[in-house]
Amino acid sequence: MRTRGKVKGLRQTEVLVIGGGPAGLSASLEAASLGCQVTLVDSDLALGGQLIKQTHKFFGSKDERAGTRGFKISEILLEELERYKDRVKVHMNCTATGFYREDGVVSCVIGEDEYFRIKPGKIVMATGAQERLLPFPNNHLPGVYGAGAVQTLMNVYGVAPGKRVLMVGAGNIGLIVSYQLMQAGVEIAGIVEAMDRVGGYWVHAAKVRRMGVPIYLRHTIKEALGDRVVAGAVIQEIDDRFQPVGKEIQIDVDIICMAVGLTPTCELLWQAGCEMVFVPQLCGHVAQRDLFMRTSHPDIWVAGDAAGIEEASAAMVEGRIAGVGVARSLGKDDSSEHSKRLEEYRRRLADLRGGEVGQKICQGLECCTVNEWGV
Amino acid sequence: MVMDLIEKHPILEFKHGKKVKFTFDGDEMEGYEGEPIAAALHANGVRIYRVTPKREQTRGFFCAIGKCSSCFMVVDGVPNVRTCVTPLKTGMRVETQRGKGVIAMDAD
Repeated sequence: MRTRGKVKGLRQTEVLVIGGGPAGLSASLEAASLGCQVTLVDSDLALGGQLIKQTHKFFGSKDERAGTRGFKISEILLEELERYKDRVKVHMNCTATGFYREDGVVSCVIGEDEYFRIKPGKIVMATGAQERLLPFPNNHLPGVYGAGAVQTLMNVYGVAPGKRVLMVGAGNIGLIVSYQLMQAGVEIAGIVEAMDRVGGYWVHAAKVRRMGVPIYLRHTIKEALGDRVVAGAVIQEIDDRFQPVGKEIQIDVDIICMAVGLTPTCELLWQAGCEMVFVPQLCGHVAQRDLFMRTSHPDIWVAGDAAGIEEASAAMVEGRIAGVGVARSLGKDDSSEHSKRLEEYRRRLADLRGGEVGQKICQGLECCTVNEWGV
Repeated sequence: MVMDLIEKHPILEFKHGKKVKFTFDGDEMEGYEGEPIAAALHANGVRIYRVTPKREQTRGFFCAIGKCSSCFMVVDGVPNVRTCVTPLKTGMRVETQRGKGVIAMDAD
């Protein structure tokens, strides 16, 4: 019989980075480049987080590889990681399950049954985001899938999620995933959006419109049809108060893809007792942080979507800043190098947030940023 | 059952690993070693991964990041395995989970 729940002894590391997406990889690389010994844990089977499923070319700025496809950016980061492999120990398929305030120990599980405890000097929480769902009858049926899950299935493993899809949400993710589904040979029956306009970038909307996909503005999903699996969907127009009006439209689909937003994954930050604040512009509860991305807990930093929903380019820069932050607090390398790098990264973040979308992010950040904690 | 995979893609080239055999509720299927069990099942046309304890509702693939518990299945006799983040191995015995699952006590 297979043994369940093997527990190994207490491990040590200078820096523990939780999450190997754009933010966590960048934080690991930056800390390692400044001489830190890093342990990086990631719950997935491959590093790169959401980057590995992004087939579109990034916007952002040249410093953050605008014009390069997301999965290529992940490959570039992994090549850089290869150079620091003696300083960064990676655990894949490894979930950080708890933070224990009394002794600062983090519990982790590899796969389903190999547990270990680790005592880090400093921690970077780069746990990313999770998808939101809407309440509607039958939303539990197999065939109602998160947009990120659909991307994983088709862009990482080459499996088409279904034959015909209703996309719920016309933000950037809904638009991009619709286009990606068409690239994978899947038909898009339509995109529903509760607002009276498309939320995502116009360039993404134009791509799906050119392919003849109807976008139903001021519509929402009323229910999923089907007994054991999704066999269709009912959509309906809504009024200014989001109440259903007008006639119901039945759509013949086998997949309902939910792209109604993300919220930061912040359970570990709560467990650690970090000061948290609800910031609508950042899509949920986020940790208060200083300009080094340090939370109110002196040993914990945060970066990327876990610090507030934004996008991968900013996540990479935030990760770099957090990496410098932990190295600085550990007294690694000289402070003039830290200052030089921080100045550079802060300039890059300001560039990325210069546009119209960035304004909303900056408003949100004002609600949760302090200059520096008095430590 | 033949795996239904995306063959032509304008941007991506899929590099699959070694093809292995496994069973789902006793039926032999093929998948790629190291890829999530849930993805292999989906490629084989399986949509229902478990049935809930009280209302007996069907559940399947959903979040794909090991967080939502929708894809819990019984794998090699062990219940509540997150099949979206558990790599497929040759000869695995994958079963639809009905209810909460029974945890086998260790014999050793």
